Amino acid sequence: MSTETAAPVQMLNVQVDGVWHQFPKGTRVIEACSQAGKYVPRYCYHPKLSSPGNCRMCLVEMGMPKMTPDRKPVVGADGKPEIAWIPRPQISCAQDVAEGMGIRTDSPMAKECRQGVMEFLLINHPLDCPICDQAGECRLQEFSVEYGQGESRFLEHKVKKPKNVELGPRVTLDAERCILCTRCIRFMKEVAHDDVLGIVDRGSYNSIACHPERVLDNNYSLNTVDICPVGALTSTDFRFKMRVWFLKETKTVDVNCGTGSNITIGSRENKIYRITPRENNDVNGVWLPDSHRLNFKYVADAHRLHQPTVKGQPVEWRTAIAIAAEVLKSKPSEQIWLLASGRQTNEELFLTTRLVNALNIKKQHDILPRNGTADGLLIAADRNPNTNGAKVLGLTTSKPGGRLKKFVEGVRAGTIKVVITMGEDLTKAGLTEEDLAKLDAIIALDILPNKTTPHATVLLPASAWVEKRGSMINLKGRLQRLNRAVNAPGEAHDDWEILRDLIQAVSGSNGLYMIEDVFKSLAAEVKEFAGLNLSKIGDLGVQVIQEKTPEPEPAEAAK
Amino acid sequence: MDYLYSTDFLFLVGTSLAKTIFLIFLVVLPMVSYTVYAERRVSALIQDRVGPNRTGFPLSLIGGKDWSPFLGGLGQPIADAVKFLLKEDFVPAHVNKFYFWIAPTLSMMPAIVTLAVIPFGSTILGVPMVVANINVGVLFMFAISSVSVYGIVLAGWSSNSKYPFLGGIRSTSQMISYELGMGLSAVPVLLIAGSTSLPQIVEYQIHNGWMMLPYSNGHLGWGKTLLWIPIIISFVTFTISMFAETNRLPFDLPESETELVAGYHTEYSSMKFALFFLGEYTAMIAGSALIVVLYLGGYHVPGIPNGDAQGGIPILRHVPGLIWGIVNITAFFAKVAALLFVFIWVRWTLPRFRYDQLMKLGWLYIFEIALVNIFLTAGILACTH
Amino acid sequence: MAYVVPRPNLTWKEKIYLPSIVAGLAITIKHLKRMLKGETKVVMQYPEEKWDAHMPEHYRGAPTLVKDEHDRERCVACQLCEFICPPRAITITPEEIPAESKFAKVEKRPKEFEIDMIRCIYCGLCEEVCPEQAIFLRKDYAITGTTRAEMKHDKAKLYELGGVMKGLVHKWNPKK
Repeated sequence: MSTETAAPVQMLNVQVDGVWHQFPKGTRVIEACSQAGKYVPRYCYHPKLSSPGNCRMCLVEMGMPKMTPDRKPVVGADGKPEIAWIPRPQISCAQDVAEGMGIRTDSPMAKECRQGVMEFLLINHPLDCPICDQAGECRLQEFSVEYGQGESRFLEHKVKKPKNVELGPRVTLDAERCILCTRCIRFMKEVAHDDVLGIVDRGSYNSIACHPERVLDNNYSLNTVDICPVGALTSTDFRFKMRVWFLKETKTVDVNCGTGSNITIGSRENKIYRITPRENNDVNGVWLPDSHRLNFKYVADAHRLHQPTVKGQPVEWRTAIAIAAEVLKSKPSEQIWLLASGRQTNEELFLTTRLVNALNIKKQHDILPRNGTADGLLIAADRNPNTNGAKVLGLTTSKPGGRLKKFVEGVRAGTIKVVITMGEDLTKAGLTEEDLAKLDAIIALDILPNKTTPHATVLLPASAWVEKRGSMINLKGRLQRLNRAVNAPGEAHDDWEILRDLIQAVSGSNGLYMIEDVFKSLAAEVKEFAGLNLSKIGDLGVQVIQEKTPEPEPAEAAK
Repeated sequence: MDYLYSTDFLFLVGTSLAKTIFLIFLVVLPMVSYTVYAERRVSALIQDRVGPNRTGFPLSLIGGKDWSPFLGGLGQPIADAVKFLLKEDFVPAHVNKFYFWIAPTLSMMPAIVTLAVIPFGSTILGVPMVVANINVGVLFMFAISSVSVYGIVLAGWSSNSKYPFLGGIRSTSQMISYELGMGLSAVPVLLIAGSTSLPQIVEYQIHNGWMMLPYSNGHLGWGKTLLWIPIIISFVTFTISMFAETNRLPFDLPESETELVAGYHTEYSSMKFALFFLGEYTAMIAGSALIVVLYLGGYHVPGIPNGDAQGGIPILRHVPGLIWGIVNITAFFAKVAALLFVFIWVRWTLPRFRYDQLMKLGWLYIFEIALVNIFLTAGILACTH
Repeated sequence: MAYVVPRPNLTWKEKIYLPSIVAGLAITIKHLKRMLKGETKVVMQYPEEKWDAHMPEHYRGAPTLVKDEHDRERCVACQLCEFICPPRAITITPEEIPAESKFAKVEKRPKEFEIDMIRCIYCGLCEEVCPEQAIFLRKDYAITGTTRAEMKHDKAKLYELGGVMKGLVHKWNPKK
């Protein structure tokens, strides 16, 4: 889609509501109107999908320059070409702008057309806004208020259609609410490449359905819920959980894979209710895989660690940190190993490098690689969200996990006696539980119990990704920002605070009081972050590593 | 030295103690409580409300059926007292402890001490009904009552808080200003009676008619009628000054709750606050008593004999003097009660003065009028005698 | 711009103030007299005398939930009242109506519905905002309790107070 031609884009003169603008050739009329500050209501049009032009909501008046018999534009008194208006309204979503084109978005005709279309769309629409999950972010509600006529003239009985239909494991359909814009059908066909939806029946009995013997179980099915302009498709997971106007929206990034999709977390009173994609055309467009967006429930798990423990006994933070420092200081540095994580933020990784330096355990650290298969869309093979950050900060080599073999051998040979783990399960690094029992001490930061935590000498409850601020670098080298949506449970602390306290206990003061301070030090010491701070990263992130050929799959790292 | 061991001295000490206890604990303190109650009821009635009409005695504690039978709220003062005693006595951390503690006492004590020179009755069994019969009674009252300003000023200052401080400052200048007017207002009465002893002033009124009712002794006379004019002027200015002196509306600027929360006693609670309250109402009673003594004939009622069954209508002299002694005491406190009602009535009628108006009234009107009035009285006295 | 308040020019009679003070005293004593004679009656002796019988139709007492004559919970847990409630007294947890229920067509109902009567200010916005005619302010005004928990009206209590309301719109009824 990127045009490689170096030729400058041709600019066209277009009149929108009496004002002349210039738009590049190839701009949709509806987009041109938006750029001119004249929003045209639309249901079926979606910038990432094809335009069938079937909702008729975007009707505007259009015209082309008046031509003299010798095909020259007639120039009016103001020096601009006069426009010959087409007597009937045109849809603005299916046409590109042309030289000398005239558009009227708020003429009496356009307004009347919208009113009429709204009335038609609402003919069979049930009055169930009070129970509809879309209420509050429903285009039908918004446009009825803005462009509708306020009351119904429809006296007949409304058509009954199937309600509460399970289209797939994650999507519920209410056909009565559907306005047949076909966005979902086009999404499944054009983006997800899983052409499973279609329209069945005729006339006013038209309704959306899955192809026979198929269900909407694609891993991108919940995007149809996002793009559905009305409440026809709703998320089964979010169904009836919370009204959308209560949700506090936190802009952050997804941490389930190296893509780092931009997301919005909807939370209320410290509870997360849903995750929706956030537009970032350099990363994920406007989409998000279902597996990623539904993977937030563990954050509110009842088993979350919320109290620091030493050998299973709850202690105060101060004591826990002091004991951890004691353990680390009592061992010679060659007996200590640190397992960092590709799920840590840059700030945490940076503090981890400081801990590494303080303990003088250079080369005795690595991250745990996490590999899956890429789906060719948004899910990357590297399931660690911040492998690049770990590389930049030197906590891993160009082959993440390359030192783990030596680590496992060291533990088994008894040369490594103390292990620090940053939220990783050591059994996944190749150790068995017997190996863990053999170790003198394990200092673990984690959020949930796993096979390592029962063996941990000092267990420090940390924060999940939705509970902290920080930054990560995705696989394409884009630095993006995480924000806090909810608070960590109980006495759990922010990871960077735990690390800071630990460094302080091991090597003395470091003067870090806020996450911004950490980033400031980071920016001062690491060239990739030079000149940046957390607010400069912005909602959409900045490119810090220039894209190069993607590295080969680190298959050999697992050896 | 012999005198200290004489029967006379013991008799004097004994009767004085008895009179003090009677006056303070049996009359004044209950009167204070019920003045507060009256204040609340009268204000309510004036404002078309009901006021405290429920608090009775918890008979259910001793086996009664109902929790609180209606006594028209007469139990209210008792409940108030219990409440004051049981409330937490909170002393803020930032106050000057010593003065903070001494201030309520200083506001209460002068008011009680002034009562010592008030002749509240004639005699009972030959004992004069005045605790301390001194010949400078009026001066004593002015002197002691001016001490009560210290209570207020110290309370305002030691509270170390802005509202009490403002209240204290206002109170200082107000009380000092009006003491002057009050003292001068009373001079005509002293000129006419020819004495500063309060019992003698009452005696004078019994023989020559009350100051405000010159014909109450049944004799008419031009001189008396002429003297009536300065006495009325004196009465009005004295009463106004008394309102200011007792910090009552329309001169309650030290407290003015709409501006200063509660003025000088904002930081006080529990019994210390109650002492201010008691002091204020005791001062009101003492003031009323002084007005009664100076202008309204004290304990005297025309036609009623005194405690020795002398004077009054001859036929009544056959009844034992003890009865008339009691009647005299009752008459005195009835007059005081009537004046207290006027105090309350005025309070719920008039709005508060502005500070500059208050000062202007005190220094430019009351003071001048009282001064001129003295010369007027002296002139009339000189001409008629 | 400074604005000088014009002061009235008083005659010397007015300047003495005493006549006005006397007039004021006359007014207040008149009120006192009328009260003593029982000619004025404004205050009501509350627990003995009550205004209940005269309570106007629009009186706003405790908010309650109602059922209709088909014994259906009117509330569909749209949470608009929770949203509008100025003191945030209302907490609703919605749930889906199970398919075997005879009102399954309505799909949604409150699982829990709590009104904290300590917080409630009886403004009636919940009644006004309700799109389902489910919440009504009834005439109960003496809502008391000895614990905070007692003052939290849960769903059962709200329906108990609200009872059945007849003559409401039945928009969820199956169409012909």
